[in-house]
Amino acid sequence: MSNETSTLETLTSQEYKYGFVTEIEEETVPKGLNEDIIRLISSKKKEPDFLLEWRLKAYRHWLTMKEPKWANVHYPPIDYQDIIYYAAPKRKPKWNSLEEVDPELLRTFERLGIPLEEQKRLSGVAVDAVFDSVSVATTYKEKLAELGIIFCSFSEAVQNYPDLVQRYLGSVVPYTDNFFAALNSAVFSDGSFCYIPKGVRCPMELSTYFRINASETGQFERTLIIAEEGAYVSYLEGCTAPMRDENQLHAAVVELIAHKNAEIKYSTVQNWYPGDKDGKGGIYNFVTKRGLCLGDNSKISWTQVETGSAITWKYPSVILKGDNSVGEFYSVALTNNYQQADTGTKMIHIGKNTRSTVISKGISAGHGNNTYRGLIKITKSASGARNYSQCDSLLIGDKCGAHTFPYIEVRNNSARLEHEATTSKIGEDQLFYCNQRGLSTEDAVNLIVNGYCKEVFHHLPMEFAVEAQKLLAVSLEGSVG
Amino acid sequence: MLKIRDLRVAVEDKEILKGINLEVNAGEVHAIMGPNGSGKSTLAQVLAGRETYQVTSGEVLYEGKDLLKMPPEERAREGIFLAFQYPIEIPGISNSYFLKAALNAIRKHKGLEELDAMEFLTLAKQKLKIVEMDPSFLNRPVNEGFSGGEKKRNEIFQMAILEPKLAILDETDSGLDIDALKIVANGINKLRSKDNAIILVTHYQRLLNYVIPDYVHVLFDGRIIKSGGKELALELEEKGYDWIKEEVETVRS
Ligand SMILES: Nc1ncnc2c1ncn2[C@@H]1O[C@H](COP(=O)(O)OP(=O)(O)OP(=O)(O)O)[C@@H](O)[C@H]1O
Ligand SMILES: [Mg+2]
Repeated sequence: MSNETSTLETLTSQEYKYGFVTEIEEETVPKGLNEDIIRLISSKKKEPDFLLEWRLKAYRHWLTMKEPKWANVHYPPIDYQDIIYYAAPKRKPKWNSLEEVDPELLRTFERLGIPLEEQKRLSGVAVDAVFDSVSVATTYKEKLAELGIIFCSFSEAVQNYPDLVQRYLGSVVPYTDNFFAALNSAVFSDGSFCYIPKGVRCPMELSTYFRINASETGQFERTLIIAEEGAYVSYLEGCTAPMRDENQLHAAVVELIAHKNAEIKYSTVQNWYPGDKDGKGGIYNFVTKRGLCLGDNSKISWTQVETGSAITWKYPSVILKGDNSVGEFYSVALTNNYQQADTGTKMIHIGKNTRSTVISKGISAGHGNNTYRGLIKITKSASGARNYSQCDSLLIGDKCGAHTFPYIEVRNNSARLEHEATTSKIGEDQLFYCNQRGLSTEDAVNLIVNGYCKEVFHHLPMEFAVEAQKLLAVSLEGSVG
Repeated sequence: MLKIRDLRVAVEDKEILKGINLEVNAGEVHAIMGPNGSGKSTLAQVLAGRETYQVTSGEVLYEGKDLLKMPPEERAREGIFLAFQYPIEIPGISNSYFLKAALNAIRKHKGLEELDAMEFLTLAKQKLKIVEMDPSFLNRPVNEGFSGGEKKRNEIFQMAILEPKLAILDETDSGLDIDALKIVANGINKLRSKDNAIILVTHYQRLLNYVIPDYVHVLFDGRIIKSGGKELALELEEKGYDWIKEEVETVRS
């Protein structure tokens, strides 16, 4: 028996494949956080006054808050004065074509398997590459501009569309929302901004590849997506990070706003560095993602595949305000070695006949600990609201754990809620059966895991689904004993 | 094809197989019978490479190679197939997806081109006919929710697709209705050829009426205590195992 257990252990403890550091000169501000640092960041970015004021208010509010301790994750205390809050590539890039982009950066993308050139030509994906904190490559902008679509870095949006930023920034996730959202609001460096005008269907998937690069630079991304009446957009977010020793804090905020009849699909394949086999290093990922179905018949879907981070704390949520609006959450979260994930979703039903679907697939391997935490809240006004939730856990080996905390609050008795939960285990019996049919243990695990995640992959755009499948394979792969 | 010499196997210090000797040549069908708990499944699983069992001594040669050194998937790719006494369920993966992956792993090992989805489907539909299974079984998760008999038929279907050299069928006839028994027997006979060998573990003569064995062995308490031709099975059916036990005991004393 011990023999088989150790096979599973080696199998599930493969080293992180995308760990490497790109050498690009960086411009940084001094370590630590105070009002002067915030003023410095804001002035470096030549921001309008309203934004500086907003940052300062957020900072002052943050000072009054305590780090949340309720999540089922454990980590040493973070010294917020020991973090560099701003880093930007030194040569301010303004590229017209890829040839002008730093070849080192392009090579980085290639090593990540996302050559921009290829992407431009083959898949029609416009890529706004956030490299560390400042965007350095943006493509397809003109084509999108013809349709009135704005897709740019957050900093550019602040410069060019300050009214839109001022109107929507913090409208879904106010800086008072939580500790990490407040911190982000105070110091966010850059991110993506996307605006789809009335009646426009964005003709391509919009995609951003995030990447943490500068050592000890906390990443505070800010993403804002607005879909006007009848608009549609599918947005892809993907990330990989280089291997390193220091724990890195990542506290992003993503806000989505869907007006009447609009639809936003937000897909994430997340692959932060998870830490080594003993759990050392790795990214702390504390993210606030929230969508607001503001108008009637609007729809927001979150689809995510998480394989990275030492610690993940993340609950993409939807506020269903408009009548008949729809919220969806499809998630695969994998924890391996000593990774910890506390993820889930919140669906807040406010409008009439609002509907939400939650499909969560947790996979735990090694010493991984996976927690699903979901809240379905039906407010008084939400008559006819419906929710279907399904939370499945898959255990690989017997040192890992899975926990499910479904919270339900119902204030309107016309609501209908359904909840299903299962826990299964990849057993030695199944692996042996697969082996006996000629499949290696590694292939067998992938086969079973992919079968288990199918329902979620199904909601990812094609290329992303393939990538997600590969990521899971890489994350579970190892030298079979 | 297969030479087992003085094979001893234990689980958690309990000896289960106590010196098995058996030789199986290409073209032969061997039936292994014996009372419950005598070690038949253990032998089958050890041949397939199950690690739960510790081989304490002896050797097994398969086509001249040291079988015990090979990992289970390599044994499978080299042509050993085990139809499980209790087939395993794999939720979430369709039967056809699973089998296509298995077949392609084996084909790759043999240096053959892998089949694409269409080619596989054509092959699968053809083989389904042998076991008279409905094509809907292709899309259902492996063995999940299959009835006992359907699981057994599915094992034979898999065997028909994978075309092993040495098939070990562990009580594939148990739990089958009369019609299904004939269908399964037919499937087994289809595999029979001068190049292949089959080991049938069974409790009943009724399968052996359709799949006529060349040899019958009686496994008792971890040893093969008697071997013979197809008549031996008939004799066992009639008289049970006690007379052999007595025979063995008198020989020993
Ligand atoms: N994993 C195991 N752990 C402990 N004991 C085992 C294990 N596997 C088999 N045994 C024991 O070894 C003996 C032989 O079991 P085996 O399954 O090989 O019998 P069998 O001849 O196939 O019986 P049946 O006709 O009932 O299928 C039994 O006493 C069984 O309890
Ligand atoms: Mg048995």
